[in-house]
Amino acid sequence: MAGSSVSVDLSQAMATAPMSAADWLVVAPSILTMVGGSLCLITRKNTQVQPRIGLVFLSLLVVSTVALLAHVLDKGVVTMVMGSWLPPFGIAFTVDALGATLAVIASIVALCAGIYGAATIDTSRRRYGFYPFLLLMMTGVCGAFLTGDVFNLYVWFEVLLISSYGLLVLGNDRSQLDGAVKYGILNLVATNLFLIATGLLYGKFGTLNMADIAIKVREIEMSGTVLSIAVLYLLAFAMKAAAFPVNFWLPSSYHTPRIVVSAVFAGLLTKVGVYALLRVLAMLMPAARVEMADLVALVAIATMLTGVFGALAQSDVRRLFGYLVISGIGSMLAGLAIGSTLALSGTIFYAVHSIIVMTALYMAAGVMGAMGGSFDLRRLGGLYGVSPAFAAVFLVLGLAVAGLPPFSGFWPKLMLVDAALAGGWTWLAVTILASGLLTSIAVGRVWIFAFWRGGPEGTVDGASIAAPKLAAELNSPGIWLPIGILTALVVLFGLLPEWMLEVSARGASGLVDPAGYLRSVFGGAL
Amino acid sequence: MEAGLSILIGLFFAVAVYLMLSRQLVRMLLGIAILGNAVNMLIFTSGRLTREVPPLIPNDLYVPATTTANPLPQALVLTAIVISFSFFAFLLVLAFRAYQELGTDDVNEMRVAEPEGEAGPPQGY
Repeated sequence: MAGSSVSVDLSQAMATAPMSAADWLVVAPSILTMVGGSLCLITRKNTQVQPRIGLVFLSLLVVSTVALLAHVLDKGVVTMVMGSWLPPFGIAFTVDALGATLAVIASIVALCAGIYGAATIDTSRRRYGFYPFLLLMMTGVCGAFLTGDVFNLYVWFEVLLISSYGLLVLGNDRSQLDGAVKYGILNLVATNLFLIATGLLYGKFGTLNMADIAIKVREIEMSGTVLSIAVLYLLAFAMKAAAFPVNFWLPSSYHTPRIVVSAVFAGLLTKVGVYALLRVLAMLMPAARVEMADLVALVAIATMLTGVFGALAQSDVRRLFGYLVISGIGSMLAGLAIGSTLALSGTIFYAVHSIIVMTALYMAAGVMGAMGGSFDLRRLGGLYGVSPAFAAVFLVLGLAVAGLPPFSGFWPKLMLVDAALAGGWTWLAVTILASGLLTSIAVGRVWIFAFWRGGPEGTVDGASIAAPKLAAELNSPGIWLPIGILTALVVLFGLLPEWMLEVSARGASGLVDPAGYLRSVFGGAL
Repeated sequence: MEAGLSILIGLFFAVAVYLMLSRQLVRMLLGIAILGNAVNMLIFTSGRLTREVPPLIPNDLYVPATTTANPLPQALVLTAIVISFSFFAFLLVLAFRAYQELGTDDVNEMRVAEPEGEAGPPQGY
């Protein structure tokens, strides 16, 4: 047998040089969370140990993603291929500034949620697996941000989706089951659309490696097939991101689970959809994105307006914030429609800002609910009397989400409006500004009703009822620490935006001109 | 063979969409199961159809001498089958629990999370 075989020279197909230790950082986030999730699953019954393991691994996740970002900013795009098979044979993990930045912010948010969850998730829900689901969801989120292969992206989407189902039904309330049915079915349909587009993409290009597709797509002419694939991707990821005509699963499900679950969902899940849109449409199919720019702009305008008008019509603060998530997605899509480097970096900055501020707002909603005994604006009131400091924190977050200076929402809105005017998209700029105004009215109303007025509806103003006491469960530092961290980030990115501006500009230029990405995957061969 | 399979896939998509337009949760789930199968066949078809050729290269050759099957779509379909089956199983259990708790499998009547006829937010105090 050995005699008849030729000696196969594998250097054509396999990486022969050993990998440097720093390259392992590329897969570290997914591996760490998977190991941590498994350990939490093993200790599922031990509800004292479980949060500790969870928090240790979430901290390690933050450390590893920060190290990865530093490595990427230092050395440029990093690629690791599974089993040493050179691309396009092996599954590649390719990390650029965009993926690494989002992974860092996502892991910080997940750590905050882990701390908040340790304080608010009770024993029985821990036993049902809050920490394993949170860690495994982070496996999917980080994997989606870091992978360089379209089919692999699908797999990570499924990982985060099945874990999010688990988180969503944690607790088994009637409304949770109702919300989970809608969330589950619509997201599964979206995933199937994603898979259809991926199948057609494979049929068209014969490859699923993102860098390989990016090369091949520039060689062929724009055709109906490519455009159909792009439209299918737009629909699938718009559903994931809750953009206008396909957004109805979000407000019907996000307010039902525990508040910390809503917080991580609002922060992370829709942004993974936005990231996939950026990656697939802006980097892989730039010509198709140009063809679809008007459509995306219409979707963006409709999404912003549905979001803010929906928010104005809600009396439940959690549902109100759900609509604000949608309106933020509209702003991010506006950047995708314009498509210039400035607009795309505005979208990236906006995504980072939105991850932080939406998580913080939901956590704040949890505190409001615990203080006022309800999430309904009609029954809330007088919270300023309970804690003026918390009222100030909420005001900061509210101003940030409305895009008012000097907080983190201001800069991305400014970039998007600037790019829209420069590109001749006047209506887009007008809508971005109008949605900012309407958002500030919506959050301003929450602040006035819940914090400023003396008591719940029916109380005569001025004749304030005895201020409700600070609920005992709010004495835990585990509630205030994550809100504090996230608010500090909001203020920091607002006052010192230079670092974030530079990172998002690098992410955007990597999308517009993926030469570094391709060079990292194919080495000197290009 | 591609033409026949394409028609079959189209048929599957049509049936899936029809079932998903239903108000009954169980029918919607059946629609999703069929949609998953349609997608799997689509991937399989898009990866070049061959008959009775193994995806193997003889030991003493670099490149295949004759036609070989493309193993990649088979790997993709296998992954997709496992994932969509587990999701279908999960959603089936979820639908059953929802039916137990809410007493209906008509999605139009599932209004616990978004109650009908809610009063608007307060206009002023």
